[in-house]
Amino acid sequence: MKIHIRGGRLIDPKNNIDEIRDVYISAGKIVSTGETPQGFVAKLVIDASGLVVAPGLIDLAARLREPGFEYMATLETEMVAAIAGGVTSLACPPDTDPPLDEPGLVEMLKHRARILNQANVYPVGALTSGLKGHELTEMAELVDAGCIAFSQADAPITDTRVLMRAMQYAATFGYSVWLRPQDSFLAKNGVAHDGEVATRCGLPAIPVCAETIALSTMLTLALETGVKLHICRISSAAGVELIRSAKQQGLAVTCDVSMNHVHLSEMDIGYFDSNCRLSPPLRSQRDRAALRSGLQDGTIDAICSNHAPVDEDAKQLPFAEAEAGATGLELLLPLVLKWGREDKLTLSDALSKVTVQPARIFGLDAGHLSVGAAADVCIFDPDVYWKVDPGALKSQGKNTPFTGLEIQGRVRYTMVNGQLVYQT
Amino acid sequence: MSVNNPQLNKDGKLHHLLTTEGLPVGIVQEILDRAATFVDVSDGLDINNVPLLQGKSVFNVFFENSTRTRTTFEIAAKRLSADVVNLNIGESSTSKGETLMDTVDNLCAMHADMFVVRHAQSGAAHFIARYVDPGIHVINAGDGRHAHPTQALLDMFTIRHYKKEFHNLRVAIVGDVLHSRVARSQISALTTLGVPEVRVIAPKTLLPTLVENMGVRVYHDMAKGLRDVDVVLMLRLQNERMQGAALPSAGEYFKYYGLTEEKLARAKQDVIVMHPGPMNRGIEIDSSVADGPNSVILAQVTFGIAVRMAVMSMLAGVSK
Repeated sequence: MKIHIRGGRLIDPKNNIDEIRDVYISAGKIVSTGETPQGFVAKLVIDASGLVVAPGLIDLAARLREPGFEYMATLETEMVAAIAGGVTSLACPPDTDPPLDEPGLVEMLKHRARILNQANVYPVGALTSGLKGHELTEMAELVDAGCIAFSQADAPITDTRVLMRAMQYAATFGYSVWLRPQDSFLAKNGVAHDGEVATRCGLPAIPVCAETIALSTMLTLALETGVKLHICRISSAAGVELIRSAKQQGLAVTCDVSMNHVHLSEMDIGYFDSNCRLSPPLRSQRDRAALRSGLQDGTIDAICSNHAPVDEDAKQLPFAEAEAGATGLELLLPLVLKWGREDKLTLSDALSKVTVQPARIFGLDAGHLSVGAAADVCIFDPDVYWKVDPGALKSQGKNTPFTGLEIQGRVRYTMVNGQLVYQT
Repeated sequence: MSVNNPQLNKDGKLHHLLTTEGLPVGIVQEILDRAATFVDVSDGLDINNVPLLQGKSVFNVFFENSTRTRTTFEIAAKRLSADVVNLNIGESSTSKGETLMDTVDNLCAMHADMFVVRHAQSGAAHFIARYVDPGIHVINAGDGRHAHPTQALLDMFTIRHYKKEFHNLRVAIVGDVLHSRVARSQISALTTLGVPEVRVIAPKTLLPTLVENMGVRVYHDMAKGLRDVDVVLMLRLQNERMQGAALPSAGEYFKYYGLTEEKLARAKQDVIVMHPGPMNRGIEIDSSVADGPNSVILAQVTFGIAVRMAVMSMLAGVSK
């Protein structure tokens, strides 16, 4: 279908475009930005005046909960949440049940996503069988089935020899390994940052060194093996500093942070708010400031939603017993815009952290609106205010620490491969 | 319920007792003053003669076993003429798959006026207070490592009884602060009442991160920490600390952090020694101190009933 997006402010961070420009789409691809192509007759004209036309968002971590946790969320609900949030491509971590450690499971997930025909789903395969940290998965087979990288999700590999072998094997084929740094012994039973709030509330704590020790191991092994390493959900100032110096020394490591950690700190736990039970834990305000400066100077490449819908029963429990996680797909855009405003970034720079940068980590030709690119587009109103009302979220997960917050910026249209999949 | 302080109602009156942290000093003093009027009653003179809670029902809801604390709440409620129901939920309903929410809903449906709650998880009392019917009052009888406010208040009552004032005291808390709900509640109660110097004495493995931000001075050397103190608050050492690599042995712990007459000699001559019980004699405290002239440990137990009566009658909104 030929679509003409008229009068919008086109922001394309990769191509350094930020101006009022029309966009023309045909056969699922961008055919022109600016000039009307010869003989172009639009079937659909979208009036985007007053709106921002941006590449569809790319989310590095969105749990769809399939297979195995359908009581928390299903592909149907979470894909609708994704497009309502302007997310057109997402990576889903392998911590399903069973974990994504066999090609059949990955094919099934890809197949189910394709039938729904909404956002593009990119499974991240399990690095070790059952995420147990003992045996390698059939990585090449998993890539053939559709995996774009390998990860342990939140499960640790305690055996450093296995970790090294996994990296070596992945490096053989040029696959990326995405790891969240957390030492499992130091983090054992912990539910909150080892700081003032955990001390006052008597909550079992996870020290920062749980992150930095695991991170040092990962960085050392990445240097040793030459694997493409991506660090997931960095949470501490000391962690940011380790990545900064690794990058300065020339290591090709990338890093993301969850939007929750960009905005919240341990203080938000208040009187044991289980919506702030997150993994990694919310850390101190000093850590949050360091995460933000890491985003500013490029030490942290991308922001993800770390979408983790949890059913209500699993959240309505005392803090330490509550399941970790928060819903996020529909809040990613407004929270990135909020961060951009607070830290005085241009809209383009803010959006790069959820478009072109994560695409680079994926190794995906997406996250931009160049002529010839797939027409994955997010059209949003950057000014409109709305209040986060869990009941109004499309995601089956209603658990968010941002409940009641007035946020700015709302998706109006989402297109995936040139098809209008969402509008409001 | 007030947004800022979940323990107070919109008029600033005590609605739940969940923690001593953030409790206005006026309310703390009111509890202590009211407890003083109950001391005679709780000495056993006039057992059923205080009908302040007549017709009210108090549910002791214990998700974690504790005979001693439950009994003192039971005695306090009965002396106020309340109907008392003891529910040792322990592992029973949770092991049958019932959620805490379901349990709370069921108990609310039984028309209780007051829940006395003990739970192994920090924050459980706040959680229950958030979900109970608005007419029900919640008293935290200990939640995880977080708070044990009635214990701290009875400790404050005991200190006031012997020392009269708070503003000129040096108080040392000795032992496993990291895992202790009692210590956390004591620290906030002491600082609220204006004690100028609160010390904690323990090895680093038994102290939480940034404990000094709670307003205490940290000592690792017990001899130094006890110097010139007016009050020593001992904490119970759980046996499982030896397994978690927090301590090498009970023997070494006693040698360096057990309270003996020799170590106590560093404190002021009229120092009082307290312990929340049950004591591990020969591990955190020597019998000669526990039974010695400076010990007020049994007085604490007696005062504990009066303090719990005071809290219950205040929550019920009855004036005396």
